Amino acid sequence: MFNAIGKPIPRYDGLGHVTGRTIYVSDVTMPGTLTCKVLRCPYYRARIVSLDVTQAKRMPGVYGVITREDVPYNRFAMVPDNHVLAEEITRYRGQPVAAVAAVSKEAALDALAKIKVEYEELEPVFDPEKAMEPDAPQIRPEGNVHLFDGTSPVRRVRRGDIEKGFAEADVIVEGRYTTPCEEHAPLECCSTLAYVDESGKLVLYSKTQGVYFVMGDLANVFQLPMNKLKFIGNTIGGSFGSGNSVATDHIAGLLALKTGKPVRYTLTRAEEMMFTTISTPWIFKIKDGVRRDGKITARHVEVIHDCGAFTELGLYAAEKNANLVAGANLIENLAVDTHMVFTNKLPSGSRRGFGVNVGQFAEQVQLDRDARAVGISPMAIRFINAFHEDDISHVGNRLRAVSTIETLQGVADLAGISLEEQYRTMSSKEVEK
Amino acid sequence: MKQMVSFVLNGIPVEVAVKPEATLLEMLRDEIGLTSPKCGCNHGDCGACTVHLDNQAVKSCLVLAMTVQGREVVTLDGITPSQGLHPIQQAFYEKGAPQCGYCTPGMVMAADAFLHRNPHPTLEEIKEALSGNLCRCGSYEKYAQAVLAVANGEYGPLPEGREQDV
Repeated sequence: MFNAIGKPIPRYDGLGHVTGRTIYVSDVTMPGTLTCKVLRCPYYRARIVSLDVTQAKRMPGVYGVITREDVPYNRFAMVPDNHVLAEEITRYRGQPVAAVAAVSKEAALDALAKIKVEYEELEPVFDPEKAMEPDAPQIRPEGNVHLFDGTSPVRRVRRGDIEKGFAEADVIVEGRYTTPCEEHAPLECCSTLAYVDESGKLVLYSKTQGVYFVMGDLANVFQLPMNKLKFIGNTIGGSFGSGNSVATDHIAGLLALKTGKPVRYTLTRAEEMMFTTISTPWIFKIKDGVRRDGKITARHVEVIHDCGAFTELGLYAAEKNANLVAGANLIENLAVDTHMVFTNKLPSGSRRGFGVNVGQFAEQVQLDRDARAVGISPMAIRFINAFHEDDISHVGNRLRAVSTIETLQGVADLAGISLEEQYRTMSSKEVEK
Repeated sequence: MKQMVSFVLNGIPVEVAVKPEATLLEMLRDEIGLTSPKCGCNHGDCGACTVHLDNQAVKSCLVLAMTVQGREVVTLDGITPSQGLHPIQQAFYEKGAPQCGYCTPGMVMAADAFLHRNPHPTLEEIKEALSGNLCRCGSYEKYAQAVLAVANGEYGPLPEGREQDV
């Protein structure tokens, strides 16, 4: 009756993969393609005192050298505050400063070596909590703390009355949880082939994972109308979220426009690992009020998202996190205070459930601590507090197709945990009153 | 200044002009235009560029092009039959091992060289043999199980000779 459901079906691209005939972005070629290499700032934070590309432009085999002066609109990303090529103050180690297109990798690297940059190294900030202090070096002119909606340094979620909730609790449990920087490390490094076609369109073969995520953003950088931009995604050798941020498209495109020749910009493995967006660190401070019977009567979550040097996708992550960090638990008295802070780390990109999984890590460990504090099992506390069908989420949506309890039952089964009768027979559909 | 290097590529004698500092990977991809060997790290860490050099699996980014003079190089294209699939390819395909597929050419080449050397391996030996090939999608278990199925004869015998008509 069904052709696919319940049956293994071959991947549509599987034959290409096993025979090596799949064409990835870095396999696409054009005759006469120039190689692009980028000069990156060696400091975490610096002032560019002078930048001179005169000699580099005269090097043999060099078709084009660009700095910020050559970029029609030097801001990009979902929140367009990132700099295509560095402005006066650089904000992270490896920030692109200038780019060269030349006949070969060797010619491009020789030209990079002739670019003269004088830096004044500035004090960087790495610890987001230090960055929030009033006397911290201001790494952005707008301040180190993001203002949500342009006004509030805190994104607040409020439900019920947490003071009342804490008063009803038998035990107060507090925990602090942190997550580190993480790099996606896809096997194919980020790459773009850019050229201007016979009709005058700028064509970009891009290792993006979100063509429509970044196309408008790039049109803005090039100051080209969308009908002058042809953006071609392709099969890509892994991305895991890294491909939602632009790392090569803008620079390759600018050099193709400048030189009139096809330009290939592929990151080296070192550049991919060290200078592309990452999962930046998070700090969660959770304070729970728990009754002896395991019911969480109040929860306060303070979140600090270290966004790195530019917003990139950090705001998206912080907003998602604020909505979901309190977990799949019905908590009547809740407060979430989210801060997004800028440091001199790499910008915060998307990576595998960005903003969500990090919060769940903190929340799930906190639940175990809550359970221990009142002497019940880790499973029990999850059943006792689980959302049921038609509950109202922490940000006000009515929840449909809730399956927390059924998921827990499945997890217990797989883990070989035998549940007590009341949890084995519990259902998300039936609410105990 | 480019220099000439002569070798047998997928059964066919070839002569290629390369820079003396070029790697085998650069020669295959940039001079000859074979894109099945992939560049993942260019440092011998990831194995995506694995090819056979005189029937041994090597990371082509670590082999200087000039050193293959007079030798035999086989890429994935050279073991892919003109009709159908090689048993390892068939197993990878049917078991859905490739996800993004970027590591797959290297995996096939590493597995093929290994099974010719050790036709009846244990699962542990297979995992050890593939440990030089990174897969960031995390398909290691499926790749290893697929190679075990090939070793158990589930996909027919491994071809002894090489296809000559690439």
